[in-house]
Amino acid sequence: MSLWLVTLLAGLLTYGTRLSFILLLDRIKVPDWFRRGLRFVPVAVLSGIILPALATYNATLNLSLRNPQLYAGALAVLVAWRTKNVLLTILAGMGALLAIQLLLGLF
Amino acid sequence: MNESTIPTTPRREFWRGVRDEAPILLGVAPFGLIFGALAIAAHIEIPVAQAMSSIIFAGASQFIAAQMIGTGTSGLVILLVVFVVNLRHALYSASVAPHVRHLAPGWKFLLAYLLTDEAYAVTITHYNQEGDPAKKHWYFLGAGLTLWTVWQVSTAIGLFVGAQLPQDWPLGFVLPLTFIALVVPALKDKASIVAALTAALVSMLTFGFFFKTGLLVAAFLGILTGLLVEGKPK
Repeated sequence: MSLWLVTLLAGLLTYGTRLSFILLLDRIKVPDWFRRGLRFVPVAVLSGIILPALATYNATLNLSLRNPQLYAGALAVLVAWRTKNVLLTILAGMGALLAIQLLLGLF
Repeated sequence: MNESTIPTTPRREFWRGVRDEAPILLGVAPFGLIFGALAIAAHIEIPVAQAMSSIIFAGASQFIAAQMIGTGTSGLVILLVVFVVNLRHALYSASVAPHVRHLAPGWKFLLAYLLTDEAYAVTITHYNQEGDPAKKHWYFLGAGLTLWTVWQVSTAIGLFVGAQLPQDWPLGFVLPLTFIALVVPALKDKASIVAALTAALVSMLTFGFFFKTGLLVAAFLGILTGLLVEGKPK
């Protein structure tokens, strides 16, 4: 299979998953639990991305207290909870991570 | 005047989407650069690599595809892996579907193309806030097009100059931080908190599963526990 064909088919498959329910939900009747479950999609999927991302440090899974991203992430959760502000959350988390890395570099 | 009380216009919604997507770009652009460099390392021709970013338009799966191409994996296996890695987009599709239901087919086809992790995260947050639901697709378009543009441009730069990023500058960390900023304020009741915690824990336990299937398992279990905690509506 040529790379062009692989790219085109991979794109079609990806587009198909993205389009799937946007088109289907108009045509089929979905059960009530399905509708109620939709509200949990963002918190479930994004939380499932967040924790492994925080735990992966230097390309390895690191759940020990020596992983600075866990502290920075915890601070970000706190800031997000108190301020509901995206930019402040990012600044606090990045600031904490850089500060800890700097400190670890010094000692 | 509070921002949410100003009557909104398509133009205002569009630019709000652009603005809200902007912080995430700090985390996305380095990945575009790295993808470009990775494609060069895998001896993928420049037009094909750029086409991967515009036709597939899904970062994680492009990374894996480029590496598999580099090691000479067969086309069918690559397609299967890309499909599995991108299956989570079906969940996003179901999640935004009720909000775009009123739109003309052209809008649906366009917005589906722009439904990436990063555009979904800010857009669903916006849909769940107050405001005129009839104009929010302009926000979706603004966020989606912004991410699309930066992904294409950063891929192109990566292809032409290679990745010479300072390795100790952890910009990739912006992505989980942005998702934290979007998820935490949405945890308003016990059911969503349990859903989030379940998904986070299961995604750790299933981290070793191949090609993001662990994330799918985690998301489904999270949604399920959320439904169970919420219980039947009275």
